[in-house]
Amino acid sequence: MDRIPILRMGRFLLVTIQVDMHDRLALALQDDLTQMITDTEAKGVLIDISSLDMVDSFIGRMLANIAQMSRILDAQTVVVGMRPAVAITLVELGMSLTGVRTALNVERGMDLLRSMLAADVRAAMLDDQGSDSSEDAADARDVG
Amino acid sequence: MHVTSDDTLNIRASTDVVLVRQQVRTRAAELGFSLVDQTKVVTAASELARNTLEHGKGGHCRLQLIQEPASGRRGLRLIFEDQGPGIPDLKLALTDGYTTGGGLGLGLSGAKRLMNEFDLTSAVGQGTRVTVTKWK
Repeated sequence: MDRIPILRMGRFLLVTIQVDMHDRLALALQDDLTQMITDTEAKGVLIDISSLDMVDSFIGRMLANIAQMSRILDAQTVVVGMRPAVAITLVELGMSLTGVRTALNVERGMDLLRSMLAADVRAAMLDDQGSDSSEDAADARDVG
Repeated sequence: MHVTSDDTLNIRASTDVVLVRQQVRTRAAELGFSLVDQTKVVTAASELARNTLEHGKGGHCRLQLIQEPASGRRGLRLIFEDQGPGIPDLKLALTDGYTTGGGLGLGLSGAKRLMNEFDLTSAVGQGTRVTVTKWK
Protein backbone atom coordinates (compact mmCIF):
# COMPACT_ATOMS: atom_id res chain seq x y z
CA MET A 1 0.00 0.00 0.00
CA ASP A 2 1.29 3.46 -0.91
CA ARG A 3 1.64 5.79 2.01
CA ILE A 4 1.13 9.53 2.08
CA PRO A 5 4.53 11.26 2.29
CA ILE A 6 5.38 13.44 5.28
CA LEU A 7 7.89 16.22 4.76
CA ARG A 8 10.03 17.66 7.49
CA MET A 9 10.62 21.41 7.62
CA GLY A 10 12.74 22.25 10.62
CA ARG A 11 10.59 21.70 13.70
CA PHE A 12 7.47 21.17 11.61
CA LEU A 13 6.00 18.32 9.62
CA LEU A 14 4.09 18.98 6.44
CA VAL A 15 1.55 16.63 4.91
CA THR A 16 -0.18 17.32 1.63
CA ILE A 17 -3.08 14.98 0.97
CA GLN A 18 -3.52 14.79 -2.78
CA VAL A 19 -5.23 11.47 -3.25
CA ASP A 20 -8.72 10.25 -2.62
CA MET A 21 -7.90 8.32 0.55
CA HIS A 22 -9.40 4.97 1.39
CA ASP A 23 -9.80 4.25 5.07
CA ARG A 24 -6.66 2.14 5.48
CA LEU A 25 -4.54 4.86 3.91
CA ALA A 26 -5.99 7.40 6.34
CA LEU A 27 -5.23 5.15 9.30
CA ALA A 28 -1.68 4.61 8.01
CA LEU A 29 -1.21 8.39 7.83
CA GLN A 30 -2.38 8.75 11.41
CA ASP A 31 0.14 6.14 12.56
CA ASP A 32 2.99 7.46 10.41
CA LEU A 33 2.49 11.03 11.65
CA THR A 34 2.38 10.02 15.29
CA GLN A 35 5.58 8.03 14.84
CA MET A 36 7.32 10.84 13.02
CA ILE A 37 6.35 13.47 15.60
CA THR A 38 8.03 11.29 18.20
CA ASP A 39 11.06 10.45 16.06
CA THR A 40 11.76 14.05 15.00
CA GLU A 41 10.48 15.78 18.17
CA ALA A 42 8.41 17.97 15.88
CA LYS A 43 6.59 20.88 17.45
CA GLY A 44 4.05 21.42 14.71
CA VAL A 45 2.11 19.55 12.05
CA LEU A 46 0.59 21.20 9.01
CA ILE A 47 -1.95 19.23 7.02
CA ASP A 48 -2.81 20.60 3.60
CA ILE A 49 -6.24 19.38 2.46
CA SER A 50 -6.66 21.86 -0.40
CA SER A 51 -6.79 18.97 -2.90
CA LEU A 52 -9.59 17.18 -1.08
CA ASP A 53 -12.98 17.68 -2.69
CA MET A 54 -14.63 15.74 0.09
CA VAL A 55 -14.11 15.16 3.81
CA ASP A 56 -16.42 12.58 5.35
CA SER A 57 -16.79 11.60 9.02
CA PHE A 58 -13.93 9.10 8.83
CA ILE A 59 -11.44 11.59 7.43
CA GLY A 60 -12.78 14.27 9.76
CA ARG A 61 -12.17 11.98 12.69
CA MET A 62 -8.67 11.24 11.39
CA LEU A 63 -7.91 14.98 11.44
CA ALA A 64 -9.32 15.36 14.95
CA ASN A 65 -7.33 12.31 16.12
CA ILE A 66 -4.11 13.68 14.65
CA ALA A 67 -4.71 17.03 16.39
CA GLN A 68 -5.34 15.28 19.69
CA MET A 69 -2.42 12.86 19.45
CA SER A 70 0.05 15.57 18.46
CA ARG A 71 -1.08 17.70 21.42
CA ILE A 72 -0.32 14.78 23.71
CA LEU A 73 3.11 14.63 22.07
CA ASP A 74 3.62 18.37 22.68
CA ALA A 75 3.02 19.48 19.09
CA GLN A 76 0.35 21.67 17.48
CA THR A 77 -1.64 20.81 14.38
CA VAL A 78 -3.09 23.17 11.80
CA VAL A 79 -5.26 22.05 8.89
CA VAL A 80 -5.13 24.31 5.85
CA GLY A 81 -6.92 24.73 2.56
CA MET A 82 -10.34 23.38 3.42
CA ARG A 83 -12.61 24.06 0.44
CA PRO A 84 -15.81 26.02 1.16
CA ALA A 85 -18.06 23.23 -0.19
CA VAL A 86 -16.29 20.80 2.14
CA ALA A 87 -16.75 23.11 5.14
CA ILE A 88 -20.45 23.57 4.40
CA THR A 89 -20.93 19.81 4.04
CA LEU A 90 -19.04 19.01 7.24
CA VAL A 91 -21.33 21.29 9.23
CA GLU A 92 -24.45 19.75 7.73
CA LEU A 93 -23.03 16.29 8.28
CA GLY A 94 -22.83 17.20 11.96
CA MET A 95 -19.07 17.36 12.44
CA SER A 96 -17.71 20.27 14.42
CA LEU A 97 -14.02 19.34 14.26
CA THR A 98 -13.45 20.90 17.67
CA GLY A 99 -9.79 20.90 18.60
CA VAL A 100 -8.67 21.28 14.99
CA ARG A 101 -7.12 24.65 14.22
CA THR A 102 -7.47 25.78 10.64
CA ALA A 103 -5.90 28.36 8.35
CA LEU A 104 -6.57 29.47 4.82
CA ASN A 105 -3.35 28.26 3.21
CA VAL A 106 0.09 26.83 3.92
CA GLU A 107 1.70 30.24 4.46
CA ARG A 108 -0.88 31.37 7.01
CA GLY A 109 -0.82 27.91 8.56
CA MET A 110 2.92 28.15 9.14
CA ASP A 111 2.49 31.63 10.66
CA LEU A 112 -0.17 30.23 12.96
CA LEU A 113 2.03 27.31 13.99
CA ARG A 114 4.94 29.65 14.74
CA SER A 115 2.80 31.97 16.85
CA MET A 116 1.25 29.01 18.72
CA LEU A 117 4.77 27.75 19.39
CA ALA A 118 5.95 31.15 20.61
CA ALA A 119 2.91 31.41 22.90
CA ASP A 120 3.76 27.99 24.33
CA VAL A 121 7.32 29.08 25.02
CA ARG A 122 6.13 32.29 26.70
CA ALA A 123 3.64 30.37 28.83
CA ALA A 124 6.30 27.88 29.88
CA MET A 125 8.69 30.66 30.80
CA LEU A 126 6.01 32.49 32.77
CA ASP A 127 5.27 29.30 34.65
CA ASP A 128 8.95 28.90 35.44
CA GLN A 129 9.44 32.47 36.56
CA GLY A 130 6.39 32.71 38.80
CA SER A 131 5.27 36.26 39.73
CA ASP A 132 8.16 38.50 38.60
CA SER A 133 8.08 37.72 34.91
CA SER A 134 7.27 40.76 32.76
CA GLU A 135 10.80 41.27 31.41
CA ASP A 136 11.21 37.63 30.58
CA ALA A 137 7.91 37.64 28.74
CA ALA A 138 9.17 40.49 26.59
CA ASP A 139 12.33 38.53 25.80
CA ALA A 140 10.28 35.45 24.96
CA ARG A 141 8.50 37.35 22.18
CA ASP A 142 11.74 37.22 20.19
CA VAL A 143 11.82 33.43 20.33
CA GLY A 144 10.42 31.49 17.36
CA MET B 1 -40.39 7.38 -12.17
CA HIS B 2 -38.12 7.20 -15.18
CA VAL B 3 -34.74 5.68 -14.59
CA THR B 4 -32.52 6.98 -17.36
CA SER B 5 -29.34 5.33 -16.15
CA ASP B 6 -28.61 2.50 -13.76
CA ASP B 7 -25.16 1.28 -12.76
CA THR B 8 -24.16 -1.16 -10.05
CA LEU B 9 -20.91 -0.91 -8.14
CA ASN B 10 -19.68 -3.68 -5.87
CA ILE B 11 -18.49 -2.71 -2.41
CA ARG B 12 -16.07 -5.35 -1.17
CA ALA B 13 -13.02 -3.41 -0.02
CA SER B 14 -12.15 0.04 1.24
CA THR B 15 -10.84 0.94 -2.21
CA ASP B 16 -14.37 0.33 -3.55
CA VAL B 17 -15.62 3.12 -1.29
CA VAL B 18 -13.27 5.44 -3.20
CA LEU B 19 -14.63 4.17 -6.52
CA VAL B 20 -18.19 4.84 -5.38
CA ARG B 21 -17.22 8.41 -4.46
CA GLN B 22 -15.65 8.97 -7.85
CA GLN B 23 -18.58 7.54 -9.80
CA VAL B 24 -21.09 9.52 -7.76
CA ARG B 25 -19.03 12.70 -8.31
CA THR B 26 -19.02 12.08 -12.07
CA ARG B 27 -22.78 11.49 -12.19
CA ALA B 28 -23.56 14.48 -10.00
CA ALA B 29 -21.42 16.71 -12.19
CA GLU B 30 -23.13 15.34 -15.31
CA LEU B 31 -26.50 16.22 -13.86
CA GLY B 32 -25.30 19.76 -13.32
CA PHE B 33 -25.45 19.84 -9.52
CA SER B 34 -23.81 22.84 -7.86
CA LEU B 35 -20.40 22.25 -6.34
CA VAL B 36 -21.85 22.27 -2.84
CA ASP B 37 -24.57 19.78 -3.76
CA GLN B 38 -22.03 17.56 -5.51
CA THR B 39 -19.93 17.54 -2.36
CA LYS B 40 -22.95 16.71 -0.21
CA VAL B 41 -23.97 13.80 -2.42
CA VAL B 42 -20.44 12.40 -2.58
CA THR B 43 -20.02 12.71 1.18
CA ALA B 44 -23.34 10.97 1.85
CA ALA B 45 -22.35 8.24 -0.60
CA SER B 46 -19.03 7.79 1.15
CA GLU B 47 -20.72 7.37 4.55
CA LEU B 48 -23.25 4.87 3.21
CA ALA B 49 -20.72 2.91 1.18
CA ARG B 50 -18.56 2.60 4.25
CA ASN B 51 -21.56 1.34 6.25
CA THR B 52 -22.23 -1.26 3.57
CA LEU B 53 -18.65 -2.44 3.86
CA GLU B 54 -18.10 -2.26 7.60
CA HIS B 55 -21.52 -3.17 8.94
CA GLY B 56 -23.08 -4.94 5.99
CA LYS B 57 -19.92 -6.98 5.37
CA GLY B 58 -19.96 -5.95 1.75
CA GLY B 59 -22.70 -5.30 -0.77
CA HIS B 60 -23.32 -2.99 -3.68
CA CYS B 61 -24.44 0.47 -4.68
CA ARG B 62 -26.84 1.25 -7.51
CA LEU B 63 -26.42 4.67 -9.07
CA GLN B 64 -29.52 5.84 -10.88
CA LEU B 65 -30.26 8.99 -12.83
CA ILE B 66 -33.98 9.47 -12.39
CA GLN B 67 -36.63 11.79 -13.73
CA GLU B 68 -40.05 12.50 -12.29
CA PRO B 69 -42.61 12.28 -15.12
CA ALA B 70 -45.00 14.90 -13.71
CA SER B 71 -42.57 17.68 -12.90
CA GLY B 72 -39.71 16.70 -15.16
CA ARG B 73 -37.25 17.24 -12.36
CA ARG B 74 -34.15 15.09 -12.45
CA GLY B 75 -32.22 13.56 -9.64
CA LEU B 76 -29.56 11.15 -8.54
CA ARG B 77 -30.72 8.13 -6.58
CA LEU B 78 -28.33 5.85 -4.74
CA ILE B 79 -29.36 2.47 -3.37
CA PHE B 80 -26.96 0.78 -0.95
CA GLU B 81 -27.75 -2.86 -0.32
CA ASP B 82 -26.16 -5.61 1.71
CA GLN B 83 -27.01 -9.04 3.03
CA GLY B 84 -25.39 -8.35 6.36
CA PRO B 85 -26.70 -8.76 9.90
CA GLY B 86 -29.34 -6.02 9.59
CA ILE B 87 -30.17 -3.23 12.02
CA PRO B 88 -32.10 -4.21 15.16
CA ASP B 89 -33.26 -0.72 16.16
CA LEU B 90 -33.72 1.68 13.25
CA LYS B 91 -34.57 4.69 15.39
CA LEU B 92 -31.46 4.22 17.49
CA ALA B 93 -29.33 3.76 14.38
CA LEU B 94 -30.52 7.12 13.08
CA THR B 95 -29.51 8.97 16.23
CA ASP B 96 -26.53 11.31 15.95
CA GLY B 97 -23.57 9.83 17.73
CA TYR B 98 -24.89 6.28 17.99
CA THR B 99 -22.30 3.87 16.65
CA THR B 100 -21.75 0.15 16.75
CA GLY B 101 -18.48 0.37 14.87
CA GLY B 102 -16.39 2.74 16.94
CA GLY B 103 -17.10 5.59 14.54
CA LEU B 104 -18.68 8.95 15.06
CA GLY B 105 -22.22 7.72 14.54
CA LEU B 106 -22.94 10.34 11.88
CA GLY B 107 -23.13 8.17 8.78
CA LEU B 108 -26.85 7.41 8.60
CA SER B 109 -28.14 10.57 10.22
CA GLY B 110 -25.63 12.69 8.32
CA ALA B 111 -26.52 11.13 4.97
CA LYS B 112 -30.17 11.82 5.74
CA ARG B 113 -29.39 15.50 6.33
CA LEU B 114 -27.26 15.82 3.21
CA MET B 115 -29.79 14.32 0.81
CA ASN B 116 -33.38 15.28 -0.07
CA GLU B 117 -34.92 11.85 0.39
CA PHE B 118 -33.83 9.03 2.66
CA ASP B 119 -35.25 5.56 3.16
CA LEU B 120 -33.87 2.88 5.46
CA THR B 121 -35.12 -0.67 5.28
CA SER B 122 -33.52 -3.25 7.50
CA ALA B 123 -34.22 -6.12 9.86
CA VAL B 124 -32.07 -8.49 11.82
CA GLY B 125 -31.00 -11.36 9.59
CA GLN B 126 -32.44 -9.69 6.49
CA GLY B 127 -29.77 -7.28 5.39
CA THR B 128 -30.05 -3.55 4.89
CA ARG B 129 -31.07 -1.21 2.09
CA VAL B 130 -30.56 2.54 2.20
CA THR B 131 -32.04 4.62 -0.61
CA VAL B 132 -31.15 8.29 -0.91
CA THR B 133 -32.08 10.85 -3.54
CA LYS B 134 -30.81 14.32 -4.36
CA TRP B 135 -32.94 16.40 -6.70
CA LYS B 136 -31.44 18.88 -9.09
